[in-house]
Amino acid sequence: MKVSEQWLRQWVDAAQDVQAIADQITMAGLEVDAIEPVSASFSGVVIARVEEASQHPDADRLRVCQLDDGSGHLQQVVCGAPNVAAGQKVALARPGAILPSDFAIKEARLRGVASHGMICAESELGLAEEKSPGIWVLPDNAIVGEDLRQWLGLDDHSIDVDLTPNRGDCLSVMGLARELGVLNRLEVKAPEILPVTAQIDDRFEVRLDNGEACPRYSARVVRDVDVSTPSPLWLTEYLRRCGLRSIDIVVDITNYVMLELGQPMHAFDLDQLQGHIEIRNARANETLTLLDGQDVELQEDTLLIADGHGPLAIAGVMGGERSGVNADTRHVLLESAFFAPIAVAGKARQYGLHTDASHRFERGVDSTLQVRALERATGLLIELAGGRPGPVIEKTDQQALPEVCQITLSAERVSRILGMTLEDGEISDILSRLGMTLTPQGQGHWDVSVPAWRFDIRLEEDLVEELARIHGYNRLPVRYPQAELSPQREDDTKVSLDVIREHLVAGGYQEAITYSFVSDEIQKAFAPDAVTPTLANPISSDMSVMRSSLWAGLSRALLHNLNRQQQRVRLFETGLVFSGDIDTLTQVPMLGGMICGTRDPEGWASRRESVDFFDIKGDVEHLLALGGAENEWRFEPGEHVALHPGQCARILRGDRGVGWVGALHPAVRERFGIKPDVYVFELELSALQQGRLAAFTPLSRYPEVRRDLALLVDEQLPVQSLLDAVHEQAGEALTDLRLFDVYQGAGVEEGRKSVALGLTWQHHSRTLTDLEIHQAIDNIVAVSSERFGALLRN
Amino acid sequence: MEHLSTVVATAVEAIDAAEDIRALEEIRVHYLGKKGEVTALLKGLGKLPAEERPAAGEVINQARQKIEAALEARRTVLEERAMAEKLAAQKVDVTLPGRRESSGGLHPITQTLRRIEQCFAHIGYDIAEGPEIEDDYHNFEALNIPAHHPARAMHDTFYFDARHVLRTHTSPVQIRTMEQQEPPVRLVCSGRVYRNDSDLTHSPMFHQVEGLFVDENVSFADLKGTIEAFLKAFFERDQLDVRFRPSYFPFTEPSAEVDIQCVNCGGKGCRVCSHTGWLEVLGCGMVHPNVFAHVGIDSQRYSGFAFGMGAERLAMLRYGVNDLRLFFDNDLRFLRQFQ
Repeated sequence: MKVSEQWLRQWVDAAQDVQAIADQITMAGLEVDAIEPVSASFSGVVIARVEEASQHPDADRLRVCQLDDGSGHLQQVVCGAPNVAAGQKVALARPGAILPSDFAIKEARLRGVASHGMICAESELGLAEEKSPGIWVLPDNAIVGEDLRQWLGLDDHSIDVDLTPNRGDCLSVMGLARELGVLNRLEVKAPEILPVTAQIDDRFEVRLDNGEACPRYSARVVRDVDVSTPSPLWLTEYLRRCGLRSIDIVVDITNYVMLELGQPMHAFDLDQLQGHIEIRNARANETLTLLDGQDVELQEDTLLIADGHGPLAIAGVMGGERSGVNADTRHVLLESAFFAPIAVAGKARQYGLHTDASHRFERGVDSTLQVRALERATGLLIELAGGRPGPVIEKTDQQALPEVCQITLSAERVSRILGMTLEDGEISDILSRLGMTLTPQGQGHWDVSVPAWRFDIRLEEDLVEELARIHGYNRLPVRYPQAELSPQREDDTKVSLDVIREHLVAGGYQEAITYSFVSDEIQKAFAPDAVTPTLANPISSDMSVMRSSLWAGLSRALLHNLNRQQQRVRLFETGLVFSGDIDTLTQVPMLGGMICGTRDPEGWASRRESVDFFDIKGDVEHLLALGGAENEWRFEPGEHVALHPGQCARILRGDRGVGWVGALHPAVRERFGIKPDVYVFELELSALQQGRLAAFTPLSRYPEVRRDLALLVDEQLPVQSLLDAVHEQAGEALTDLRLFDVYQGAGVEEGRKSVALGLTWQHHSRTLTDLEIHQAIDNIVAVSSERFGALLRN
Repeated sequence: MEHLSTVVATAVEAIDAAEDIRALEEIRVHYLGKKGEVTALLKGLGKLPAEERPAAGEVINQARQKIEAALEARRTVLEERAMAEKLAAQKVDVTLPGRRESSGGLHPITQTLRRIEQCFAHIGYDIAEGPEIEDDYHNFEALNIPAHHPARAMHDTFYFDARHVLRTHTSPVQIRTMEQQEPPVRLVCSGRVYRNDSDLTHSPMFHQVEGLFVDENVSFADLKGTIEAFLKAFFERDQLDVRFRPSYFPFTEPSAEVDIQCVNCGGKGCRVCSHTGWLEVLGCGMVHPNVFAHVGIDSQRYSGFAFGMGAERLAMLRYGVNDLRLFFDNDLRFLRQFQ
């Protein structure tokens, strides 16, 4: 809401300057976004009368004008505007004047004729946004010789207040004045609005079909209005300073009343109305051409103003073209209605509209204001554009009008919420000035009636906020909550996310945060069969599908960096991934990683080869070890559409698949233009975080025995199977099993590999015998041979 | 025995000239070995008359000791020299960089969220979390934002269908926690939130931190104390002007927006604070009775406060980042600045 400082000051005689007023209302919860001068700065411009305008002797397009500027001498000015004519009152910038953008006016000669100044156009004074076609012709009542700024009251500011949606009552000069009055304990002076006596008896039938949505509808016929009357300068200036454009005299008046009192109004062309007015919901297949020329198909929950012929306006939002006031209009029907907020809320948006009226009705307009606003508008219309008014037509559904809200307030509750005591006198003064009626109910208790303009005040807490707000939040006390200092329990088996992240960071990974929504294309590349929720209103199709894997976002981040000359990239991310449609939805926290480039950072002592599968697997194994339950995890060969078929492992916790690790499929890389080999992993965080409680076993005093064993097996055999068999056969005393070499080449038969194992045994209560160890090794070799055709390598 | 002193002199001269341990050993064998010159003299003692033997033996022993002492001294010199040579040979350029993985880093938003959470976790707030796809009830209805409430328009919500949204704030976590837990409730929750808005100063995804404190006798004064102390802790400033401005959130009453003195210009006015000297950093208020009613908490007995803030804004202020979009480009040159 933009408001003119001068207009506001007519209502409240505040002593402070505009900045202080803005600060004061900001700190009362009406946040001022900007204070702007209502005109660009200029000086030395006076009102002058063109006494004579004659053709320039040497230039077809120039006139030589003699102007009376009140100085006693005529001023000669050469003017190029086509519309200049004798008898006009104009804005004259005399030599020495400074126009906006520091444009200095000097004595000049134009084609040999002396010119003492310049006759200004509105745009040259910064008072119109578009370039004016000619000079600005001032109204006849302009006073010759007077400074233009003074006469127009241009030393004014537009105060732009960014109101929160609960404060619809401040969407008017009256509302803001009321606040300013309370804050400064000053009287608020409303203009006197007298009822306008009917001169004719014309009525117009109004049928209130939906009283819930429109509890009050008032209207009035005004005949013989001169719509061609230009709006007076004071009117257009106030509109401009409050951010509205002048349209015509009728619309300007309704807008003025809306700005002044907060009551949106509408004017119909009476001759276009047929039969009667009805306020009802739209029917199936009704359409309306709006004032802005847009055709809309009306939805059946939309409240309409209609006549015998059909829809006239969307109630509280926008009027229709057919019934609007235009240059040919002679008689008007003024409308001033109260539409219930709930009936209007969301309707404008539904049609892609947002109007000054809908903005106000959605937030709540004073339900007692309609007739007063109608009288105000009628009075102005007759004064400025003539016309003969009929009587006020008013239809009211008393049942549906908002009830006066009654709240019981206790000083004790005020103290409890604010942590301080307010004097009873201050409480009743603040609330009374805000328009509440207080009935004392004994010491420190009141029954409070809330005025009809305060839709936001329903509870005792709301009154407490009003008191705090006007008293000043920053004058309220400060203290700290008191609570029991009781030691807190923490789950010792859980690996915290912080530890996991720090671990990855130590391993050279940089954390990324990518959008949770991705393009359908990238989603399909990583999971063609994934079903995840799709946004109904995405920013763009690139961000429309909820991710089923962190790899989608990470691959984009990787590519971003590869495209910026980064060769070694190691990224991880944690966050939710989604699966299922909206009714079968799961949202699971995951950890994902993605690496490419050299194994070590580039350096004089670094290994220069590129990372491979076992680098990322090693990183994953490190993470799995954090919880101390590494033996509960397994890797098995897997198939994943986004991963290289020969370098892809399913990660299992017990029997449950909880993640993947592998090389990104070359086809996927190609699709996104990623050149280097890329390795990825993704794991369910909850599985990763579930560790185990460390449990002590006594240290054995007996010697440990180590034996190394090389077995020749089929090169396709997953080593895990062999290790499982070894574990199974080695006996309970096996304390360590290490795979220290895998070899293929000279000395090993084609199609086989040699797997070298280091086994360590130690018994907790005795020394193991050679025989036992031999027996264990024999069992291992026998079972490996039987299951996998393994041979002992010598 | 004059011969002996010549032997000793020759031996010592040879010892001092020896250039390595092996040469020294050869000299030792030559004089003191089983067949050595001095050993031979000792063996020859037997040939002397008995009364001369002790004196002669004494002289020979002295000669032997001289040679041994010279040997030992020379050995020490040679060993030290050898050690010095070995060490010299093992010298490295200690200014060469070490062999290591380069460290990665946490995203600045994660660091900011952790830092804020820790301020509260340290004084006993629990850390809570919740889903990002929320139902209409938890995101709006239970927070006193009924359908068609004008406040919904401020949220620019992403919808899936009529009943499901991407959460527009972390406040639904308050509801989910209070549904499960009796007061006292002290929680802090952080996470991703979403608004359908994307330009220079708005990202469709960003992060919030939310706090909630519900107990008996909690007042607006407690809220003011908590917020002021938090902001001073977060920005590590003892002197930091903080002001509370009345505002509106459907789920709190009274509600406030909190401004701090601009941390860039100290309140003088600059581009960062749009020349106002103040920066809006946080919203807060006393939990609305309607919210308590939705979760079945008796608002006559209990009261509470809640607050919420945007992590990106605080991170930008704290680290001096000037472009919101950098947070989600994941450019390593940007991210590495926060290691």
